[in-house]
Amino acid sequence: MNPTEITTQISTAANILNIDKWDYGASFSNDYSVQVDRGAAKQLKASQKQVITLRVWNKDNLVGITTTSDLSETGIKKALRQANIASEFGNKNEFTDFSPLAKDPIHIKEVDKKNPLGIKKLLKILREAESKLIDSHEAIKSIPYNGLSESFYERIYANSDGAFRNYSKSQAAIYLYARAEEKDKKPRSSGSVKLGYGVEDIDIESCIKEAAKKTIAHLDYSSIKTDKYLICLSPEAFLTIMNAFSSIFNARSIIDGVSLSDKNSIGELISIPALNIYDDGLNDKNISSAPFDGEGTPTKKLILINKGKLENFLHSESTAKIFNTIPTGHAGLGSKVSVSPDWLVIEKSNECSDLNKSLVHTNYQGDFVYIEELNAIHAGVKASQGSFSLPFEGWLYRNGKKRSIESATVAGDIKYLLKNIINIENEKELTTSGISPHVWINELSITGDE
Amino acid sequence: MVSASIKSSEIRFGECNKKLLEEVIFYGISLGADFVELFIENSDNSSVLAEEDFITNVSPSFSKGAGIRIFKDKRDGFVSTNDLSRHGLMRSISQAIEMLDISKKTNKLIFNGLEKLKDYSKSKINWLNEVPTINEVSEKLLLSTKSLKKDKKVVVRKGSYARNWQEVIIASSDGTYATDIRLHQTVGLNIIANDAQYRSNGSRRFGSHGIPNEFRLWDHEKASNEVYESSMNMLYADYVQAGQMPVVLANKFGGVIFHEACGHLLETTQIERGTTPFSDKLNEKIAHESVTAIDEGISEGSFGSLSIDDEGMEPEKSILIKDGILKKFLSDRAGELRTGHKRTGSGRRQNYSFAAASRMRNTYIAKGEFTKEELINSISDGLYCKSMGGGSVGATGQFNFAVEEGYLIKNGKLTKPVKGATLIGDAKEVMPKISMCGNDLELAPGFCGSVSGSVNVTVGQPHIKVDSITVGGR
Repeated sequence: MNPTEITTQISTAANILNIDKWDYGASFSNDYSVQVDRGAAKQLKASQKQVITLRVWNKDNLVGITTTSDLSETGIKKALRQANIASEFGNKNEFTDFSPLAKDPIHIKEVDKKNPLGIKKLLKILREAESKLIDSHEAIKSIPYNGLSESFYERIYANSDGAFRNYSKSQAAIYLYARAEEKDKKPRSSGSVKLGYGVEDIDIESCIKEAAKKTIAHLDYSSIKTDKYLICLSPEAFLTIMNAFSSIFNARSIIDGVSLSDKNSIGELISIPALNIYDDGLNDKNISSAPFDGEGTPTKKLILINKGKLENFLHSESTAKIFNTIPTGHAGLGSKVSVSPDWLVIEKSNECSDLNKSLVHTNYQGDFVYIEELNAIHAGVKASQGSFSLPFEGWLYRNGKKRSIESATVAGDIKYLLKNIINIENEKELTTSGISPHVWINELSITGDE
Repeated sequence: MVSASIKSSEIRFGECNKKLLEEVIFYGISLGADFVELFIENSDNSSVLAEEDFITNVSPSFSKGAGIRIFKDKRDGFVSTNDLSRHGLMRSISQAIEMLDISKKTNKLIFNGLEKLKDYSKSKINWLNEVPTINEVSEKLLLSTKSLKKDKKVVVRKGSYARNWQEVIIASSDGTYATDIRLHQTVGLNIIANDAQYRSNGSRRFGSHGIPNEFRLWDHEKASNEVYESSMNMLYADYVQAGQMPVVLANKFGGVIFHEACGHLLETTQIERGTTPFSDKLNEKIAHESVTAIDEGISEGSFGSLSIDDEGMEPEKSILIKDGILKKFLSDRAGELRTGHKRTGSGRRQNYSFAAASRMRNTYIAKGEFTKEELINSISDGLYCKSMGGGSVGATGQFNFAVEEGYLIKNGKLTKPVKGATLIGDAKEVMPKISMCGNDLELAPGFCGSVSGSVNVTVGQPHIKVDSITVGGR
C-alpha cells in the first residue's frame, strides 16, 4: 500500500464507524544490520516494520489513540474502534486539536536516497573495519560492540481535514567499540560512531582511526583524587548535558511540573551572556532530519538561549495553545503528545568579552580535567531537580601533559554549570547529536578512586 | 487440533498452524540451514496515565509479527516481519538464507517434523478478559494520585499502569512446537515535592506476571504512603560527601546492583563477546563465601517468571554462585552453540523483532542469617542505601548506580538523609566485599534493557553489607 491508499483506507473505515475527525502518523521501514566477531559473521539481521498511530476525536472533542502494526482492513477498523473507546478517557483538562500548521509548506532536504548495499556487502565492509581496528594496536584484543546498518524508511502524517505529507529517507550507521588489555592493567574500552545517508557516505576510515586513538589513549591510566576541578567539556559531552536537561526548554515539561523553568521564565538569564543555543533539526549536517513532526507541523530552526537568556520554548499544538503561541515542530504523536528537541547547535554569542580566552584545550598549560564522554545519562541525571552525577571518560591534564582517568564521576547542578561557563572555544565540532564548541566550567566535583 | 484444519495459508493465533510452520521450516532446511526457528507473536497492550486528578493518557496498541532465525555452523541470520502470510514467511526465510550466503545444501540436522504441540496457554486463554477494564484502572489510579496529595509541598503526582498481553507460537527444526500466553501488569507511582529551593523525587514500581486480578488487589494507600515518605525524607537532604566507605544496601530493588554489575556478566552473550571477567572462572571463588546467587523463571507471579522461554524451553532454577563459587552461566540456544554452556531456559526477547539472547529472569542473592540492624550496627561510618535508582555497566564491567534515598550511618546508627550519592565499582572487586547478608530477602519488578531488547525481570536480595565501595557525591 502506498501512503495515499492508506489514507483512503482509514478515511473509509472512519466513515463506516461514524468517526468524523481523525489523524494518523505512520512509519514503514526496511532495516539491515550486521555484527562480526573476529572475522566471523556474528549476527545478520533484516527487518520489515510497519506501524501506524491513529488518533480519533469523539463528539465531546476528546482524543483517543491506538497503535497497530496490522494495516489490513480489519486491523485498521479494530484500531479505530479502540481509539474511539480510549477517547472516552481523553484528557478533559487539556484539549488537543490538529496543528494549525499541518498544511503549511514543508522543506524537504534534497539528499541522495541510497539503495541498499545488501547484507553481504555490509558484512564485508564491517569485517575489514574490525580487522583494521584490531591490527591498529597490539593491546586491542577485540571489538565486542560493533555494527553496520542501513535503514530505508518512510514517514507519513495525514488528517481528516485534508493535511497530508510524507517523506522517505535512507540512513546508515557504523559503530566500533574496541576493548584493549595490557598485562596487570584493567581492560579499557572506547569507540566511535559515524552516520551517513548511506554506507558510501560514511567515513569508515575515520571511525576506525578515532576508535583506535581513543581506546589506545586510555591504556595509560591512573586514578584521580576526589576533589573539585577546572573542567573542559568536549562538544559531545556538553551536548549530552544540554540534551539531558532539555526540559528547561520544554513546554510539556513545564506544564507537567517537571522542568526547572516555568511559564514566566522567557527572558530570564539562565547562563552567561556568551552562550547561544538553537534547535535546528533541518541543519544540513543533521542526517536524521525530518521535515515535519508527529502532528505534521513543519520543522524549523528555533533559538532557545539567546545571549544567556531563555528565548523560546519547544511546543506541540496543545502546549502552544496553553502558552498562547504557535507549535514549533517538536511534537511526538501520542494520546498525550510529547515534546522534544531535534538537534542542538551551540555557539558563542557576540557578548563574549568576559570569557577567559586563554582556556583552549589544545594548548592550555594549567591543570584541568577534560571530559570526553559522559555515560549512564538515564541513571545519573535528575532533570526535575537540576542535578547530575555521571561517570565519564576523560583525561587529567597537568603541566601540559594528559593522562587517562581510570574511573571517575562528575557531579553538579545544571543551573550552576550554565552560570559558571568561563570559556566557549571558537571552533565548533559536528557530533551525532548536534554541533558545539568545547566549553569550560569553572569548577565541578569529581569522585575518583583516591 | 490437527494440521488438516488449516484452511488458509496464514498464521492464525489460537488455531493449529503445524502444516504451515513445518512447510516454512522444511524450506529453510532444504536450502541448507542447520537450524530454523520461528517465533510468532500477537500482542495486545494498554497503558493508562493519571496526573494529579486527571487521566491524561490511555494508549492501546496491537502488534503481530514473526522473528525467523536460522543457524549455519555458528553463524545466525535473523529476519523479522509483520507479514504473517505464507508468502511473507517464505520470503523472510529466503532472505535469512541469502544473508548467510549458504551454498552448501547439506545440513548437520534432519528435520523430522514438529512434535505434538505443547500448549502452555490452556489455562490462560481468559486472562485478557479477566484483567481490569480501563475504567477500573482509571478509577484506581486516580485514587492513588489522590492519596499522594498529603501536603502542599507535593507538586507533581503521577500514577501509571501498563498491561502487556502476549500470545506466542514457537516452532523449530529440532521439533519444538509450543504456544503460550504471557500477561504482565505494572503500576508505578511518582511524586515531586518542592519547598523553596529544595526539590525531591519519590517513585516506586510494582508488577506481576500471570495474575489478571493483581492490580485490583494492589494496596494503593500503602504504596502512596511509601512514596510520599521517601520523598519527604529526602526533601531537605544535604549532598553526600564523596569517598570510599562501607555501605548497607536495602533489600528488594537493592538487588539491581547484583543484576547489572554481576548478573549480566554471567550471561553467555558476554562470554561470546569476551566482555566478562568470569568466563574462565567456573567453579572458582568470585564472591565472598556469604554470597549465594540465583536466577530462575519459576517463582509464581514474579515479574520475570515464564512457562517457557522465547526458544520454547521450560525455565530452570539456576544457582549461579554457591557460597562464593561460580557454578553456572545463563545460556540460550546461540550461547550453547558458541560457548558450550547448556541452555537454562533463559532465551528471551522483547518481541518478535529481536533474536533471543541469554537474559536474566528473577535474579537474587539468597538470604543470610543477619538482621538489618546487625548489618547497620557493624558500621561506624558509612551509608545506608534505602532505595536505589537506575544505573549502568560499562563495556569493561564498571558500574555506576544512583542512590535515590540514602542515610548516613554513624556509630552503628542511621542518622541524616543524604542525596546525590552514586555507587561506583566493578563486580570483580565488589563481589568479594559483600561480607554480610540479611535474613529478609524480597524481590522487586523491573525492566532490563540489553541485546534482545527490554524484558521483564525481578531483582532482589536481602539487606547486604559491602565492606568498602566508592561513593560518588559532591
